[in-house]
Amino acid sequence: MKITIDEELCCASGLCTVKAGEVFDQRDEDGIAVLLAEAPAAEHHDAVREAAAVCPAAAIHIME
Amino acid sequence: MTGENVLDYPFDQPKALEAPREWAEARATCPVTHVRMPSGDVAGLVTGYDEARALLSDPRFNRRLDHEGAARTSTTEDGGMFNRENKALSQMMSEGHRRYRRLISPAFTVKKMEAWRPRIQQMTDELLDAMLAKGAPAELRAEFALPLPVRVICALLGASAEDQGRFAHWSDVLMTTTKYTQAEVDEARREFEAYASDLVEEKRANPREDLLSELTQISDSEDGRLSHAELISTVVGILVAGHETTSNQIVKMTALLLEDRQLYEAVIADPSLVPGAVEEALRLDPVGGLGIPRFISEDIEVGGEPVPAGTTLFVNLSAADRDERKFPDADRFDPCRPNAQQHLAFSAGPRFCIGQTLARVELQVVLDTFVRRLPELRLRDDPDALRIRTGVVATGLEELWVTW
Repeated sequence: MKITIDEELCCASGLCTVKAGEVFDQRDEDGIAVLLAEAPAAEHHDAVREAAAVCPAAAIHIME
Repeated sequence: MTGENVLDYPFDQPKALEAPREWAEARATCPVTHVRMPSGDVAGLVTGYDEARALLSDPRFNRRLDHEGAARTSTTEDGGMFNRENKALSQMMSEGHRRYRRLISPAFTVKKMEAWRPRIQQMTDELLDAMLAKGAPAELRAEFALPLPVRVICALLGASAEDQGRFAHWSDVLMTTTKYTQAEVDEARREFEAYASDLVEEKRANPREDLLSELTQISDSEDGRLSHAELISTVVGILVAGHETTSNQIVKMTALLLEDRQLYEAVIADPSLVPGAVEEALRLDPVGGLGIPRFISEDIEVGGEPVPAGTTLFVNLSAADRDERKFPDADRFDPCRPNAQQHLAFSAGPRFCIGQTLARVELQVVLDTFVRRLPELRLRDDPDALRIRTGVVATGLEELWVTW
Protein backbone atom coordinates (compact mmCIF):
# COMPACT_ATOMS: atom_id res chain seq x y z
CA MET A 1 0.00 0.00 0.00
CA LYS A 2 1.17 3.49 -0.90
CA ILE A 3 -0.61 6.67 0.23
CA THR A 4 -0.67 10.21 -1.09
CA ILE A 5 -2.42 13.27 0.31
CA ASP A 6 -3.80 15.94 -2.01
CA GLU A 7 -2.86 19.06 -0.07
CA GLU A 8 -4.96 21.22 -2.38
CA LEU A 9 -8.08 19.30 -1.33
CA CYS A 10 -7.25 18.71 2.35
CA CYS A 11 -9.61 20.73 4.58
CA ALA A 12 -7.64 20.17 7.80
CA SER A 13 -10.39 18.16 9.51
CA GLY A 14 -7.80 15.96 11.21
CA LEU A 15 -10.13 12.95 10.97
CA CYS A 16 -7.32 10.88 9.45
CA THR A 17 -5.25 11.40 12.60
CA VAL A 18 -8.18 10.13 14.67
CA LYS A 19 -8.55 7.01 12.53
CA ALA A 20 -4.87 6.23 11.95
CA GLY A 21 -2.66 8.25 14.25
CA GLU A 22 0.42 6.18 13.42
CA VAL A 23 0.16 7.10 9.76
CA PHE A 24 -1.26 10.67 9.68
CA ASP A 25 -0.53 13.88 11.54
CA GLN A 26 -1.59 17.53 11.20
CA ARG A 27 0.92 20.27 10.42
CA ASP A 28 1.08 22.87 13.17
CA GLU A 29 1.29 25.82 10.81
CA ASP A 30 -1.85 25.18 8.70
CA GLY A 31 -3.57 22.04 10.01
CA ILE A 32 -2.98 20.21 6.72
CA ALA A 33 -2.55 16.42 6.91
CA VAL A 34 0.94 14.99 6.63
CA LEU A 35 2.09 11.39 6.25
CA LEU A 36 4.18 9.74 8.94
CA ALA A 37 4.51 6.70 6.67
CA GLU A 38 3.98 6.68 2.90
CA ALA A 39 3.93 2.89 2.81
CA PRO A 40 2.45 1.86 6.16
CA ALA A 41 2.83 -1.61 7.66
CA ALA A 42 0.07 -4.13 7.06
CA GLU A 43 -1.42 -3.77 10.54
CA HIS A 44 -2.39 -0.15 9.70
CA HIS A 45 -4.03 -0.84 6.34
CA ASP A 46 -7.60 -1.13 7.63
CA ALA A 47 -7.26 2.08 9.63
CA VAL A 48 -5.83 3.88 6.60
CA ARG A 49 -8.72 2.70 4.41
CA GLU A 50 -11.14 3.98 7.01
CA ALA A 51 -9.32 7.31 7.19
CA ALA A 52 -9.63 7.66 3.42
CA ALA A 53 -13.34 6.77 3.56
CA VAL A 54 -14.20 9.35 6.25
CA CYS A 55 -12.00 12.12 4.83
CA PRO A 56 -14.55 14.90 4.22
CA ALA A 57 -12.44 16.31 1.42
CA ALA A 58 -11.65 12.96 -0.27
CA ALA A 59 -8.00 14.03 -0.13
CA ILE A 60 -6.42 10.66 0.72
CA HIS A 61 -5.45 8.48 -2.21
CA ILE A 62 -4.49 4.84 -1.68
CA MET A 63 -2.66 2.62 -4.16
CA GLU A 64 -2.86 -1.02 -3.16
CA MET B 1 -36.36 20.78 -11.83
CA THR B 2 -39.94 19.56 -11.70
CA GLY B 3 -41.90 22.77 -12.08
CA GLU B 4 -45.51 21.72 -11.64
CA ASN B 5 -45.50 21.37 -7.89
CA VAL B 6 -43.63 23.82 -5.65
CA LEU B 7 -43.57 22.66 -2.03
CA ASP B 8 -43.48 25.03 0.94
CA TYR B 9 -40.14 24.78 2.70
CA PRO B 10 -39.01 23.83 5.31
CA PHE B 11 -41.44 20.90 5.33
CA ASP B 12 -43.98 20.28 8.06
CA GLN B 13 -42.93 17.69 10.54
CA PRO B 14 -45.84 16.20 12.48
CA LYS B 15 -43.44 14.11 14.60
CA ALA B 16 -40.29 15.88 15.74
CA LEU B 17 -38.09 12.78 15.73
CA GLU B 18 -39.27 11.46 12.37
CA ALA B 19 -37.93 12.80 9.10
CA PRO B 20 -40.48 14.66 6.94
CA ARG B 21 -41.85 12.21 4.36
CA GLU B 22 -41.03 14.76 1.62
CA TRP B 23 -37.30 13.95 1.92
CA ALA B 24 -37.71 10.39 0.71
CA GLU B 25 -40.31 11.49 -1.86
CA ALA B 26 -37.98 14.17 -3.24
CA ARG B 27 -35.07 11.71 -3.40
CA ALA B 28 -37.19 9.19 -5.28
CA THR B 29 -38.51 11.79 -7.74
CA CYS B 30 -35.54 13.76 -9.04
CA PRO B 31 -32.15 15.14 -7.97
CA VAL B 32 -33.43 18.72 -7.58
CA THR B 33 -36.90 19.58 -6.21
CA HIS B 34 -38.57 23.00 -6.39
CA VAL B 35 -39.32 24.52 -2.97
CA ARG B 36 -40.70 27.85 -1.74
CA MET B 37 -38.75 29.55 1.07
CA PRO B 38 -40.40 31.44 3.97
CA SER B 39 -39.61 34.64 1.98
CA GLY B 40 -41.77 33.41 -0.93
CA ASP B 41 -38.76 32.91 -3.25
CA VAL B 42 -38.27 29.59 -5.02
CA ALA B 43 -35.09 27.52 -4.70
CA GLY B 44 -33.95 24.02 -5.58
CA LEU B 45 -33.64 21.32 -2.93
CA VAL B 46 -30.99 18.59 -3.03
CA THR B 47 -31.72 15.45 -0.99
CA GLY B 48 -29.45 12.68 -2.37
CA TYR B 49 -26.14 11.81 -0.71
CA ASP B 50 -23.90 11.70 -3.78
CA GLU B 51 -25.36 14.88 -5.28
CA ALA B 52 -25.13 16.67 -1.92
CA ARG B 53 -21.54 15.62 -1.38
CA ALA B 54 -20.48 16.62 -4.88
CA LEU B 55 -22.06 20.07 -4.51
CA LEU B 56 -20.61 20.69 -1.05
CA SER B 57 -17.16 19.68 -2.30
CA ASP B 58 -17.32 22.01 -5.30
CA PRO B 59 -15.06 24.97 -4.51
CA ARG B 60 -16.82 27.18 -7.08
CA PHE B 61 -19.95 27.63 -4.97
CA ASN B 62 -20.58 28.83 -1.42
CA ARG B 63 -23.38 29.71 0.97
CA ARG B 64 -23.33 33.46 0.42
CA LEU B 65 -26.61 34.54 -1.17
CA ASP B 66 -25.82 38.25 -1.47
CA HIS B 67 -25.94 38.01 -5.27
CA GLU B 68 -28.50 39.57 -7.58
CA GLY B 69 -31.30 37.06 -8.06
CA ALA B 70 -30.38 34.73 -5.20
CA ALA B 71 -33.34 33.32 -3.29
CA ARG B 72 -34.07 35.08 -0.01
CA THR B 73 -34.67 32.77 2.90
CA SER B 74 -36.17 34.93 5.59
CA THR B 75 -39.16 37.23 5.95
CA THR B 76 -36.89 40.15 6.92
CA GLU B 77 -36.17 42.71 4.16
CA ASP B 78 -32.53 41.70 3.96
CA GLY B 79 -33.55 38.14 3.09
CA GLY B 80 -31.97 36.40 6.08
CA MET B 81 -28.56 35.44 7.41
CA PHE B 82 -27.27 34.02 4.13
CA ASN B 83 -28.32 37.06 2.10
CA ARG B 84 -26.93 39.85 4.29
CA GLU B 85 -24.18 41.81 2.66
CA ASN B 86 -20.93 41.43 4.48
CA LYS B 87 -17.79 42.27 2.56
CA ALA B 88 -15.39 40.49 4.91
CA LEU B 89 -17.53 37.37 4.98
CA SER B 90 -18.03 37.34 1.22
CA GLN B 91 -14.30 37.60 0.74
CA MET B 92 -13.69 34.84 3.30
CA MET B 93 -16.26 32.63 1.61
CA SER B 94 -15.12 33.09 -1.96
CA GLU B 95 -11.72 33.71 -3.53
CA GLY B 96 -10.01 34.24 -0.17
CA HIS B 97 -11.53 31.17 1.37
CA ARG B 98 -8.56 28.85 1.10
CA ARG B 99 -6.18 31.40 2.50
CA TYR B 100 -8.60 32.16 5.31
CA ARG B 101 -9.09 28.48 6.22
CA ARG B 102 -5.37 27.85 6.33
CA LEU B 103 -4.96 30.79 8.68
CA ILE B 104 -7.56 29.65 11.20
CA SER B 105 -7.22 25.83 10.91
CA PRO B 106 -4.15 25.56 13.16
CA ALA B 107 -6.25 26.84 16.07
CA PHE B 108 -8.73 23.95 15.57
CA THR B 109 -6.49 20.91 15.14
CA VAL B 110 -7.58 17.60 16.65
CA LYS B 111 -4.74 17.79 19.19
CA LYS B 112 -5.83 21.25 20.38
CA MET B 113 -9.51 20.32 20.57
CA GLU B 114 -8.84 16.97 22.30
CA ALA B 115 -6.85 18.86 24.94
CA TRP B 116 -10.17 20.43 25.95
CA ARG B 117 -11.75 17.06 26.81
CA PRO B 118 -10.94 17.20 30.56
CA ARG B 119 -12.28 20.75 30.85
CA ILE B 120 -15.43 19.77 28.97
CA GLN B 121 -15.84 16.78 31.29
CA GLN B 122 -15.57 19.09 34.29
CA MET B 123 -18.16 21.55 32.91
CA THR B 124 -20.46 18.64 32.05
CA ASP B 125 -20.23 17.26 35.58
CA GLU B 126 -20.82 20.70 37.15
CA LEU B 127 -23.95 21.32 35.09
CA LEU B 128 -25.21 17.82 35.77
CA ASP B 129 -24.58 18.22 39.53
CA ALA B 130 -26.71 21.37 39.48
CA MET B 131 -29.45 19.66 37.47
CA LEU B 132 -29.53 16.66 39.82
CA ALA B 133 -29.57 18.94 42.87
CA LYS B 134 -32.68 20.70 41.55
CA GLY B 135 -34.35 17.33 41.09
CA ALA B 136 -36.46 15.68 38.42
CA PRO B 137 -38.10 16.47 36.11
CA ALA B 138 -35.67 18.80 34.34
CA GLU B 139 -35.93 20.64 31.04
CA LEU B 140 -32.69 19.40 29.51
CA ARG B 141 -32.32 22.16 26.92
CA ALA B 142 -32.33 25.03 29.42
CA GLU B 143 -30.64 23.25 32.33
CA PHE B 144 -27.87 21.53 30.43
CA ALA B 145 -27.80 21.51 26.63
CA LEU B 146 -27.71 25.30 26.14
CA PRO B 147 -25.28 26.24 28.92
CA LEU B 148 -22.67 23.57 28.19
CA PRO B 149 -21.60 24.51 24.63
CA VAL B 150 -21.83 28.21 25.53
CA ARG B 151 -19.46 27.70 28.47
CA VAL B 152 -17.11 25.71 26.28
CA ILE B 153 -17.07 28.30 23.50
CA CYS B 154 -16.60 31.16 25.99
CA ALA B 155 -13.65 29.39 27.60
CA LEU B 156 -12.21 28.55 24.20
CA LEU B 157 -12.45 32.13 22.91
CA GLY B 158 -11.63 33.68 26.24
CA ALA B 159 -14.97 35.51 26.44
CA SER B 160 -16.50 36.20 29.82
CA ALA B 161 -19.09 33.66 30.89
CA GLU B 162 -21.28 36.58 31.98
CA ASP B 163 -21.76 37.57 28.33
CA GLN B 164 -23.41 34.25 27.45
CA GLY B 165 -26.98 35.46 27.64
CA ARG B 166 -26.25 38.40 25.38
CA PHE B 167 -24.74 36.52 22.46
CA ALA B 168 -27.21 33.66 22.80
CA HIS B 169 -29.90 36.26 22.14
CA TRP B 170 -27.99 37.90 19.27
CA SER B 171 -27.45 34.55 17.53
CA ASP B 172 -31.09 33.70 17.85
CA VAL B 173 -32.06 36.99 16.19
CA LEU B 174 -29.44 36.70 13.42
CA MET B 175 -30.62 33.20 12.53
CA THR B 176 -34.26 34.14 12.19
CA THR B 177 -36.31 33.12 9.19
CA THR B 178 -39.67 34.38 10.46
CA LYS B 179 -39.31 35.34 14.14
CA TYR B 180 -37.84 38.84 14.15
CA THR B 181 -38.14 42.14 12.27
CA GLN B 182 -35.44 43.77 10.15
CA ALA B 183 -34.94 46.47 12.81
CA GLU B 184 -34.32 43.82 15.47
CA VAL B 185 -31.86 42.02 13.17
CA ASP B 186 -29.95 45.24 12.41
CA GLU B 187 -29.70 46.12 16.08
CA ALA B 188 -28.53 42.64 17.07
CA ARG B 189 -25.92 42.65 14.33
CA ARG B 190 -24.56 46.07 15.36
CA GLU B 191 -24.36 45.07 19.01
CA PHE B 192 -22.85 41.66 18.28
CA GLU B 193 -20.15 43.09 16.00
CA ALA B 194 -19.31 45.82 18.51
CA TYR B 195 -19.01 43.18 21.22
CA ALA B 196 -16.77 41.01 19.03
CA SER B 197 -14.64 44.02 18.12
CA ASP B 198 -14.13 44.91 21.79
CA LEU B 199 -13.23 41.31 22.58
CA VAL B 200 -10.67 41.26 19.77
CA GLU B 201 -9.12 44.53 21.00
CA GLU B 202 -8.93 43.19 24.52
CA LYS B 203 -7.15 40.00 23.36
CA ARG B 204 -4.80 42.06 21.26
CA ALA B 205 -3.86 44.16 24.28
CA ASN B 206 -3.70 41.26 26.76
CA PRO B 207 -3.15 37.97 24.92
CA ARG B 208 -3.92 34.87 26.95
CA GLU B 209 -3.90 31.13 26.35
CA ASP B 210 -7.05 31.10 24.26
CA LEU B 211 -8.07 30.64 20.68
CA LEU B 212 -8.97 34.27 20.08
CA SER B 213 -5.59 35.49 21.32
CA GLU B 214 -4.03 33.03 18.90
CA LEU B 215 -6.16 34.33 16.01
CA THR B 216 -5.37 37.92 16.95
CA GLN B 217 -1.68 37.16 16.69
CA ILE B 218 -2.21 35.59 13.26
CA SER B 219 -3.92 38.78 12.20
CA ASP B 220 -1.06 40.90 13.49
CA SER B 221 1.78 38.87 12.04
CA GLU B 222 3.03 39.06 8.48
CA ASP B 223 1.33 42.32 7.47
CA GLY B 224 -2.11 41.63 8.88
CA ARG B 225 -2.94 38.38 7.14
CA LEU B 226 -6.30 38.23 8.90
CA SER B 227 -8.00 41.63 8.75
CA HIS B 228 -9.88 43.11 11.69
CA ALA B 229 -13.17 42.73 9.81
CA GLU B 230 -12.39 39.07 9.11
CA LEU B 231 -11.52 38.54 12.73
CA ILE B 232 -14.85 40.03 13.84
CA SER B 233 -16.78 37.85 11.38
CA THR B 234 -14.81 34.87 12.65
CA VAL B 235 -15.64 35.60 16.28
CA VAL B 236 -19.33 36.08 15.51
CA GLY B 237 -19.31 32.91 13.39
CA ILE B 238 -17.63 30.84 16.11
CA LEU B 239 -19.97 32.13 18.81
CA VAL B 240 -23.09 31.50 16.70
CA ALA B 241 -22.07 28.17 15.20
CA GLY B 242 -20.36 26.97 18.33
CA HIS B 243 -23.27 27.02 20.67
CA GLU B 244 -26.61 26.73 18.92
CA THR B 245 -25.82 23.71 16.77
CA THR B 246 -24.20 21.70 19.55
CA SER B 247 -26.96 22.58 22.04
CA ASN B 248 -29.57 21.39 19.59
CA GLN B 249 -27.66 18.22 18.87
CA ILE B 250 -27.29 17.30 22.58
CA VAL B 251 -31.07 17.53 22.90
CA LYS B 252 -31.77 15.59 19.68
CA MET B 253 -29.23 12.88 20.49
CA THR B 254 -30.75 12.38 23.95
CA ALA B 255 -34.27 12.31 22.54
CA LEU B 256 -33.36 9.75 19.86
CA LEU B 257 -31.69 7.44 22.38
CA LEU B 258 -34.48 7.68 24.95
CA GLU B 259 -37.31 7.38 22.45
CA ASP B 260 -36.13 3.84 21.75
CA ARG B 261 -34.77 3.20 25.24
CA GLN B 262 -33.15 -0.10 24.23
CA LEU B 263 -30.58 2.05 22.43
CA TYR B 264 -29.75 3.94 25.61
CA GLU B 265 -29.56 0.69 27.56
CA ALA B 266 -27.21 -0.79 24.97
CA VAL B 267 -24.82 2.14 25.44
CA ILE B 268 -25.05 1.78 29.25
CA ALA B 269 -24.14 -1.90 28.89
CA ASP B 270 -21.28 -1.15 26.49
CA PRO B 271 -19.88 2.40 26.74
CA SER B 272 -17.54 1.66 23.85
CA LEU B 273 -20.64 2.32 21.71
CA VAL B 274 -20.55 6.03 22.67
CA PRO B 275 -18.63 7.31 19.61
CA GLY B 276 -20.75 5.21 17.23
CA ALA B 277 -23.97 6.38 18.88
CA VAL B 278 -22.82 10.00 18.62
CA GLU B 279 -22.15 9.59 14.87
CA GLU B 280 -25.46 7.84 14.28
CA ALA B 281 -27.33 10.59 16.13
CA LEU B 282 -25.60 13.15 13.88
CA ARG B 283 -26.51 11.15 10.79
CA LEU B 284 -30.12 10.74 11.87
CA ASP B 285 -30.70 14.36 12.85
CA PRO B 286 -34.46 14.45 12.33
CA VAL B 287 -34.69 18.25 12.17
CA GLY B 288 -33.00 19.17 8.92
CA GLY B 289 -34.13 22.76 8.78
CA LEU B 290 -33.30 24.58 5.58
CA GLY B 291 -29.96 22.90 4.93
CA ILE B 292 -26.92 24.64 3.50
CA PRO B 293 -27.45 27.09 0.63
CA ARG B 294 -25.33 27.13 -2.49
CA PHE B 295 -25.58 29.95 -5.00
CA ILE B 296 -24.92 28.40 -8.43
CA SER B 297 -22.91 30.96 -10.36
CA GLU B 298 -22.41 28.97 -13.58
CA ASP B 299 -24.40 26.33 -15.48
CA ILE B 300 -23.88 22.88 -13.95
CA GLU B 301 -25.50 19.46 -13.72
CA VAL B 302 -26.72 17.92 -10.49
CA GLY B 303 -27.35 14.19 -10.68
CA GLY B 304 -27.52 14.54 -14.48
CA GLU B 305 -30.08 17.33 -14.31
CA PRO B 306 -29.12 20.75 -15.73
CA VAL B 307 -29.07 23.59 -13.18
CA PRO B 308 -28.70 27.05 -14.74
CA ALA B 309 -26.49 29.83 -13.40
CA GLY B 310 -28.37 32.05 -10.94
CA THR B 311 -30.15 29.15 -9.23
CA THR B 312 -30.14 28.95 -5.45
CA LEU B 313 -29.89 25.39 -4.17
CA PHE B 314 -30.41 24.17 -0.63
CA VAL B 315 -28.48 21.04 0.25
CA ASN B 316 -30.39 19.32 3.02
CA LEU B 317 -27.72 17.43 4.93
CA SER B 318 -30.18 15.46 7.06
CA ALA B 319 -32.12 14.35 4.01
CA ALA B 320 -28.91 13.26 2.26
CA ASP B 321 -27.87 11.33 5.37
CA ARG B 322 -30.98 9.14 5.05
CA ASP B 323 -30.22 8.14 1.48
CA GLU B 324 -30.69 4.34 1.28
CA ARG B 325 -28.16 4.15 -1.55
CA LYS B 326 -25.46 5.23 0.89
CA PHE B 327 -26.83 3.99 4.22
CA PRO B 328 -28.83 0.75 3.92
CA ASP B 329 -31.89 0.68 6.21
CA ALA B 330 -31.19 4.39 6.58
CA ASP B 331 -33.92 5.24 9.10
CA ARG B 332 -32.60 2.69 11.60
CA PHE B 333 -30.34 3.92 14.44
CA ASP B 334 -27.37 1.55 14.44
CA PRO B 335 -24.46 2.53 16.71
CA CYS B 336 -22.34 -0.12 14.94
CA ARG B 337 -23.06 1.10 11.39
CA PRO B 338 -19.70 0.76 9.62
CA ASN B 339 -19.94 3.90 7.44
CA ALA B 340 -21.92 6.14 9.83
CA GLN B 341 -19.08 8.63 10.09
CA GLN B 342 -19.36 9.42 6.39
CA HIS B 343 -22.50 11.42 7.19
CA LEU B 344 -22.76 15.03 6.02
CA ALA B 345 -23.91 16.57 9.31
CA PHE B 346 -20.76 18.73 9.27
CA SER B 347 -20.93 19.20 5.48
CA ALA B 348 -17.99 18.10 3.29
CA GLY B 349 -15.29 19.58 1.10
CA PRO B 350 -13.38 22.83 1.54
CA ARG B 351 -16.04 24.33 3.83
CA PHE B 352 -16.29 21.32 6.14
CA CYS B 353 -17.29 22.45 9.65
CA ILE B 354 -14.19 23.76 11.36
CA GLY B 355 -15.69 23.08 14.79
CA GLN B 356 -16.54 19.43 14.17
CA THR B 357 -13.80 17.99 16.40
CA LEU B 358 -14.92 20.18 19.28
CA ALA B 359 -18.57 19.25 18.71
CA ARG B 360 -17.72 15.55 18.62
CA VAL B 361 -15.69 15.79 21.83
CA GLU B 362 -18.60 17.57 23.55
CA LEU B 363 -21.19 15.06 22.34
CA GLN B 364 -19.01 12.09 23.32
CA VAL B 365 -18.36 13.49 26.81
CA VAL B 366 -22.06 14.22 27.30
CA LEU B 367 -23.29 10.79 26.24
CA ASP B 368 -20.55 8.98 28.17
CA THR B 369 -21.44 10.99 31.29
CA PHE B 370 -25.18 10.42 30.91
CA VAL B 371 -24.85 6.63 30.66
CA ARG B 372 -22.48 6.55 33.64
CA ARG B 373 -24.33 8.94 35.92
CA LEU B 374 -27.94 8.73 34.75
CA PRO B 375 -28.75 5.08 34.05
CA GLU B 376 -32.42 5.81 34.82
CA LEU B 377 -32.69 8.77 32.43
CA ARG B 378 -36.05 8.78 30.66
CA LEU B 379 -38.30 11.08 28.62
CA ARG B 380 -41.05 12.57 30.76
CA ASP B 381 -43.41 13.00 27.82
CA ASP B 382 -44.62 10.95 24.91
CA PRO B 383 -42.10 11.44 22.04
CA ASP B 384 -45.04 12.39 19.80
CA ALA B 385 -45.57 15.49 21.97
CA LEU B 386 -42.07 16.88 21.26
CA ARG B 387 -42.08 20.17 19.34
CA ILE B 388 -39.60 21.59 16.85
CA ARG B 389 -38.35 25.18 17.24
CA THR B 390 -39.54 27.04 14.19
CA GLY B 391 -38.60 30.36 12.62
CA VAL B 392 -34.81 30.02 12.92
CA VAL B 393 -32.14 28.58 10.63
CA ALA B 394 -30.58 26.16 13.14
CA THR B 395 -33.30 23.86 14.23
CA GLY B 396 -33.79 21.87 17.35
CA LEU B 397 -36.48 20.91 19.80
CA GLU B 398 -38.35 23.56 21.81
CA GLU B 399 -37.71 21.64 25.00
CA LEU B 400 -36.98 18.18 26.32
CA TRP B 401 -38.25 17.18 29.75
CA VAL B 402 -36.42 14.27 31.34
CA THR B 403 -36.64 12.29 34.58
CA TRP B 404 -34.13 9.93 36.24
